[in-house]
Amino acid sequence: MKRLVAAALLALGAAPAPTVNTARLLAADAAPRLADYGLFADAEGRVPAPGVTLYTLNTPLFSDYAEKFRYVWLPPGKPATYTATGVLEFPVGAVIVKTFAYPADFRAPDKDVRLVETRLLVRRASGWVPLSYVWNAAGTDAVLQRAGVRLPVQFIDARGAARALDYAVPNTNQCKQCHQQGTIATPIGPTAANMNDGAQLQRWAAAGRLTGLPDTLPRLARWDDAAEPVAARARAYLEVNCGHCHSRAGFASNSGLYLQADEPVPAHQGINKRPVAAGRGSGGRSFSIVPGQPDASILLHRMQSSEPGVMMPQFGRTVAHDEGVALVRAYIESLPN
Amino acid sequence: MKAFALSLAATMLATPMLAMPLAARTIMVAPGASDQETLQTALIDAKPGDTVRLAAGRYALVDGVSLDVAGVTISGAGPGKTILDFTRQKGEGEGLLITSNNVVIRDLAVENAKGNGIKSKGSDGISFVNLRVEWTGGPKSTNGAYGVYPVSSKHVLIDKVFVKGASDAGIYVGQSQQIIVRNSRAEGNVAGIEIENSYDADVHHNVATGNTGGLLVFDLPDLPQQGGHAIRLFRNKIIANNHPNFAAPGNIVASVPPGTGVMVMANRDVHVFDNDIKDNAGNGVMIVAYQSAFTDKSYNPLARAIAVHGNRYAGNGGKPGFPGGAEIAGAMGGALPPVMWDGVIGYAPPTGGERAADGGVVIGDGPAFTLGLVMQGVPTTAARPALLATATALPLLPPRIVLPAAQEARAAR
Repeated sequence: MKRLVAAALLALGAAPAPTVNTARLLAADAAPRLADYGLFADAEGRVPAPGVTLYTLNTPLFSDYAEKFRYVWLPPGKPATYTATGVLEFPVGAVIVKTFAYPADFRAPDKDVRLVETRLLVRRASGWVPLSYVWNAAGTDAVLQRAGVRLPVQFIDARGAARALDYAVPNTNQCKQCHQQGTIATPIGPTAANMNDGAQLQRWAAAGRLTGLPDTLPRLARWDDAAEPVAARARAYLEVNCGHCHSRAGFASNSGLYLQADEPVPAHQGINKRPVAAGRGSGGRSFSIVPGQPDASILLHRMQSSEPGVMMPQFGRTVAHDEGVALVRAYIESLPN
Repeated sequence: MKAFALSLAATMLATPMLAMPLAARTIMVAPGASDQETLQTALIDAKPGDTVRLAAGRYALVDGVSLDVAGVTISGAGPGKTILDFTRQKGEGEGLLITSNNVVIRDLAVENAKGNGIKSKGSDGISFVNLRVEWTGGPKSTNGAYGVYPVSSKHVLIDKVFVKGASDAGIYVGQSQQIIVRNSRAEGNVAGIEIENSYDADVHHNVATGNTGGLLVFDLPDLPQQGGHAIRLFRNKIIANNHPNFAAPGNIVASVPPGTGVMVMANRDVHVFDNDIKDNAGNGVMIVAYQSAFTDKSYNPLARAIAVHGNRYAGNGGKPGFPGGAEIAGAMGGALPPVMWDGVIGYAPPTGGERAADGGVVIGDGPAFTLGLVMQGVPTTAARPALLATATALPLLPPRIVLPAAQEARAAR
């Protein structure tokens, strides 16, 4: 992913430095085209404009195997502020950018990369506003899409198997559904803990992009780092993939299932917790998590499903995440019975 | 992409050249080639005060649709005419989702949603009026869970709603407050109408028939709102709810025995009166504690301060479905008396010790009997059934639920 950006940067050569159009970003109506904001230096959305900075997360949300490129734009002289829990505090005018893309073959992830959509979270004075721009087939222009759309996507997966899926671009309400905490919309990914890879936050602080960084930082585990404990990896995975809804202030607050990595109450973690409104989503199982018994656990059953009304998350994926399922299976197996 | 059948028309008379507040508009939607995008776009474009009017016809929806704008009315041409068809739904947990305040949804049908039919979450002032929510293949375990599903909502009105085929509850009100369910019909669901973990509800002039259980009032542990109380069920017809239970095991309604008319579990201050309760093969009225073990320190599993009076019973109790029921019926002359209480008056909280019920069970009609289980968690197979005396002194009714006049006015159109 970084190699792609670096290559694109080289290709850019001596083109004039573009500028991010802050006024357009802060206007009450959304721009019809992504290009109107000037967030990218090229029409193809591969090269971020100066000041639009790539960042990474320890554990990302699974989105139908899409590759994701995350950037943040901060207005000049306006750093983000460190917070120990929740997302960093971003200033008005900040934009969080996420591009979803598929290489033709995941065994050569930097070749023939098709951009599908670019989502923005714009921090206006009134709060965060979600927007989604869908790329045309040629990959030369992305236009605003508010009502959601399905896009056929094909790729060769990392094991060499041909995959085809019906990628779903979310509608505006779905954006809000995941990003809503209580009465306000908020980003999900860029928490200090999830950005803490040992260097990234320090780099932001040194560049004047982040203030208030303490010496001791919280850290969310990398879901795919086999060197870390399974429980920490799985709970990080569940926090990122489920915790935005399954929190006390999220869309699934009424479930009583709270999947933050630091949730202390076993029943709220799902352990021996009975379902409330799962309906047929329970798959005939009696508890969210039965320690030691992944196949008796509703949580795993719903992760494995891709059937609407059963699957979790309810949207944001159309196929199961085999590697995520394997991790949560190992976690449930590891829990003392 | 935008060439769809959507037009705007001011509902107010045009007043040229006058500065006016934004006029409430009617956004017209008609079925066509891209119903998903047309309808979802209209629901995103709507402004407070607007009406999204769906012309008659069948709308082929391939995903859930949702509304997040306050003060909007979604109306169709009638539950037999405007049909939101989710048969080919590919994603989302419900057909129609509402997450904003002061919304009316009326005069249309939702068919074959993959998950729930119509859900509201966190909505204050939500009115469901003259709707049909149906799984057209009849009762099946593969049907969606709830037909009409307000949750974590306040000031909830459900009026003239028909739900058929839900694999959990036809009309389900969860973790909500200030609720009226009236003039509605629930048929062929596992639970007809269920009020769960909710406060202050009037359920009246409804018909529940052909469900596994007719009217349920439940409270469950480990949830943000619990301690259900102040519920009145009155002037309902609760007839022949004998359908085999087709809920997915694990869900609480999967434990409802077929033949249950009214079931009250783990609530306080529930009044069941002036209903017609007939031909339910198990219990006309069942009053029980939450049965399972629990770890929630703040949860009270007991049914207490329950009053049952002035109901009309006939033909109930001939074939009870709960364990040991047939034996008890045999001992009582072949059929169960219409009102059954499990007799549980105490429980052992997770913090230790024992706690007693804060309020008794008062039966003013009957005949009624108790299973005499005494403590929460004792299985019904250990029952020591005994007839209960009819009470003459009845507790005061909770006050009638009055929704804000503006909400009733919007719902009356």
